[in-house]
Amino acid sequence: MIRLERRAVPSRLWTVATPVAAVLATMVAGGILFAALGKNPAEAIRMIFWDPLFGPNASYFRGQLLVKAGPLILIAAGLAVGFRAGVWNIGAEGQYIMGAIAGAGVALAAYPAESPMIFPAMVLAGALGGWAWAMIPAVLKARFGTSEILVSLMMVYVAQNLLAYMAFGPMKNPQGFGFPGSRNLQQYPSAHNPELIAGTGMHWGVVAAFVAVIGTYVLMHRHIAGFRIRVAGDAPKAARFAGVVPGRLIAFCLGLSGALAGLAGLFEVAGPSGQITDSFNAGYGFTAIIVAFLGRLHPVGILLAGLLMALTYIGGDLAQLMLRLPAAAIQAFQGMLLFFLLGFDLLTNFRIRLGRARA
Amino acid sequence: MKRRSFLTSTTLAAAALGLGLPAMAQEPLKVGFIYVGPVGDMGWSYQHDQGRKAIEEAYGDKVVTSYVESVPEGPDAERVLTQMALEGNKLIFATSFGFMDSVMNVAAKFPDVKFEHATGYKRADNVATYDARFYEGRAVQGTIAGRMTKSNKIGYIGSFPIPEVVQGINSAFIHARKVNPAVEMKVVWAYTWFDPAKEADAAAALIAEGVDVVLQHTDSTAPQAKAKEAGIYSFGQASDMEAFAPAPRISSIIDNWAPYYVERVGLMLDGKWASSATWGGIGAGEVQIGEISEAVPAEVKAEAEALRDAIAKGDYHPFTGPLNKQDGSVWLAEGEVADDATLSGLNFYVEGITAELPK
Repeated sequence: MIRLERRAVPSRLWTVATPVAAVLATMVAGGILFAALGKNPAEAIRMIFWDPLFGPNASYFRGQLLVKAGPLILIAAGLAVGFRAGVWNIGAEGQYIMGAIAGAGVALAAYPAESPMIFPAMVLAGALGGWAWAMIPAVLKARFGTSEILVSLMMVYVAQNLLAYMAFGPMKNPQGFGFPGSRNLQQYPSAHNPELIAGTGMHWGVVAAFVAVIGTYVLMHRHIAGFRIRVAGDAPKAARFAGVVPGRLIAFCLGLSGALAGLAGLFEVAGPSGQITDSFNAGYGFTAIIVAFLGRLHPVGILLAGLLMALTYIGGDLAQLMLRLPAAAIQAFQGMLLFFLLGFDLLTNFRIRLGRARA
Repeated sequence: MKRRSFLTSTTLAAAALGLGLPAMAQEPLKVGFIYVGPVGDMGWSYQHDQGRKAIEEAYGDKVVTSYVESVPEGPDAERVLTQMALEGNKLIFATSFGFMDSVMNVAAKFPDVKFEHATGYKRADNVATYDARFYEGRAVQGTIAGRMTKSNKIGYIGSFPIPEVVQGINSAFIHARKVNPAVEMKVVWAYTWFDPAKEADAAAALIAEGVDVVLQHTDSTAPQAKAKEAGIYSFGQASDMEAFAPAPRISSIIDNWAPYYVERVGLMLDGKWASSATWGGIGAGEVQIGEISEAVPAEVKAEAEALRDAIAKGDYHPFTGPLNKQDGSVWLAEGEVADDATLSGLNFYVEGITAELPK
């Protein structure tokens, strides 16, 4: 008879070991899936995890890893602060879109003027756009007790429609022959978020992601505010006695994660993407939720988890191209990662016992 | 002859690469495809993949093809295109409008790699564009729809308000009105190329408005399923969708990219590839009209086929004056034919359509 017994204290060992075990289990289960599809599993796993880092052309892929991981880490770092406090911002995708619209709006309004002030103004607008969008569920929750999970999620769909409206309407490139999509900011020097060192993939968004990791680490582990946030998540009643005002806490957590998601959107639209189009958002806001949990809501963990997630994307494309693996198999593979993570997570709080429970 | 020129072309390619390696005659030409949807969408991407298979069939071991499916437009597309170029693909087909800027960026970095971009308007020495005159097929569909409707209401599921789609709506409406002056056209925008759920919703909305023939410019078979439930008529899009014949699917527009792909790869093998803009229609075989099913009366079928043949021979252009714009101003005078430049940037409805075109 196998049963689960709750641990008195969460296991320290499993807190660290869970992500590693999840990755290994994903490799095994993914390998079986790939083998069932008639591909060499070892080759597929190597293609996904090894080749982008050390295979041929790795110098290009390493840069792309940062490009892909940057927004994931930036968003996840903010989300994790809220998740620690029990504030569930599920709408980072919408805040990402709004940051991009606000930032690109500044650039398109200023076009074609050249000034060193344009890019900083865009960064500010991007953060504000994401912050403002996150404030809607925050205010509704603080005032009327609505669920921030639902409201922030619903605001994603509003943002998507606004994005489509912008791409087909006010922000449409007047020189685009009637085709949708804004001007390409990559061709507008004052607004462009370029690669800082050619070939490295490093742009201001990646820099911001590193700063966010350090910043949230200091906030959560070296500052009284972080202590309060963690207490609020673990023991809401105790937090009230310690002087935490719930409304302010909600506004802070949603505001911070919204601003960081907005920044991620701005850096993306001004850099790698370049354009406001109806399909601009590629799901970073949702994937970042996985990254936050994969990284155990810890800033350093998130940094590693973001890079790992980016690796599965880039390696996954490579496996499609070289081994003709279907895209759906890659997506299933990524899904397994979260599945195993949540599964192994059980071991952090429970231990497996054989035999009957003692009375 | 072919073999000799093939030898020359690979030698040239190797020399152009500047690798200084001895050219290997056996080395096949690598051709890459990047799709916006899954190859199993049974519509747009599926048809492109049929074209890819036609290449393999035509050239056997002289070519190696590979593809990556479901690639989001934006930075991901740029990375996948770069991956393909780095992996030695010498001819790359990018099969969605939204890949345009990514293609241009990557093409600039790989001057020795040839790119073919579907439905776009930006070209370079190593970037060609190709598109199909789907509006020719829409004229045939409009004729059938105008004859088949009892409620005199025809529905149209639009994807995005871009010129290609606007051409189709106008063409279908003009020809429906020609055979049935009482006909009205309802347009619903799904803002997607492929999303079965959204497409089904769009079809349901049209059916609720009393529409009894549905045309679609989206790629899934979801609207066909809705039409079947409601007992109304529909047309296959991009692919034949013959599973829904003889009703609701009474005919279809089939994108047939195979002849173009086979021709372009042939030119590449002969070393004669050059950048060009191709816009083929029914005459060139790029647009095919799927079997008109027995649900359509014989005289309507004959009428539709006569129109198809007239367009194929070049005797008739679907946009022939007199035609007014929606606001009543003159677009084409009696006997005047729309020029390609206007068509490729078409951003207005013709007179008689009451819907408003999203700006």
